Amino acid sequence: MTPLPAGHPPLHSAVAQLYSAAVYGVPVAHGLMLAWVLFIVGLIGVLVRRNLIFILMSVEIMLNAAGLAFIIAGSRWGQPDGQVMFIFILAMAAAEVSVGLALVLLFNRRFRTLDTDAANRMKG
Amino acid sequence: MANVFYISAAVALVSTMLVIVQRNVVHALLYLILSLLSVAVIFFDIGAPFVAALEIIIYAGAIMVLFVFVIMMLNLGAQSAEEERHWQTWGMWIGPAVLGAVLLADLVYMLAQGPPRGFFGNMGPVGPKQVGIALFGPYLIGVELASLLLLAGLIGAYHLGKPAKMAEAGKNRARERGGE
Repeated sequence: MTPLPAGHPPLHSAVAQLYSAAVYGVPVAHGLMLAWVLFIVGLIGVLVRRNLIFILMSVEIMLNAAGLAFIIAGSRWGQPDGQVMFIFILAMAAAEVSVGLALVLLFNRRFRTLDTDAANRMKG
Repeated sequence: MANVFYISAAVALVSTMLVIVQRNVVHALLYLILSLLSVAVIFFDIGAPFVAALEIIIYAGAIMVLFVFVIMMLNLGAQSAEEERHWQTWGMWIGPAVLGAVLLADLVYMLAQGPPRGFFGNMGPVGPKQVGIALFGPYLIGVELASLLLLAGLIGAYHLGKPAKMAEAGKNRARERGGE
């Protein structure tokens, strides 16, 4: 917990603690809101687009937003743990995207399109 | 610095929303790179310089190059080149260029203000040394698991990418042998 400057009123609720950093700069809540909005944009991309490449890109956006939340939390407490988690997310994203793009190539070779609706039959 | 955070957050939001509404994959990729760069600026600003560098090198570098390679492999033929000529007009550069210029001004302003300090409670930046000590100390098992995951990803991508051709080649060879 950040030591409060002299004369600062005591903080009572968790919400007040989230906003307490406004004294120094940006409230943590704003950073987490940014991560949340980026995640939702990625989720909308996954749900709305039918092109496989776009779906993979939206998944990347979601992973990046999750990493941003980790970094913000780690920065809030001045600990390296958030950055360590981001490195794990990075490794996971790299593995995921390599397998995913290989699957996209396979899909394109088989169906001659990137439309996910082409794969709506179990017997391909 | 709060204003640097808010400006790069705005750039990140705008470019990320533009990613999912694009028609052309390459344009979407351009905006996605911009989004990743602005998130990297945020990381640098909130006191995580090591991860900011990793974000640019691995996300905006390696992973995006992977995307570009796959798009290159998918779009073959004169027809797509003709489509590309319609798409790659000068007008489409304006959006990414403006957002990138805003980000650059943001970065220059931040660097002119002196070394970054973590401002979520004035903790100060957490440098690569602390991250390395944590990574190879209490999180060592995570590093081992990540290496296993990357190996599995490598083998999986190789397996998915290779065998179709090899199977076809084997079939052709068998056909030739049968023809003889």
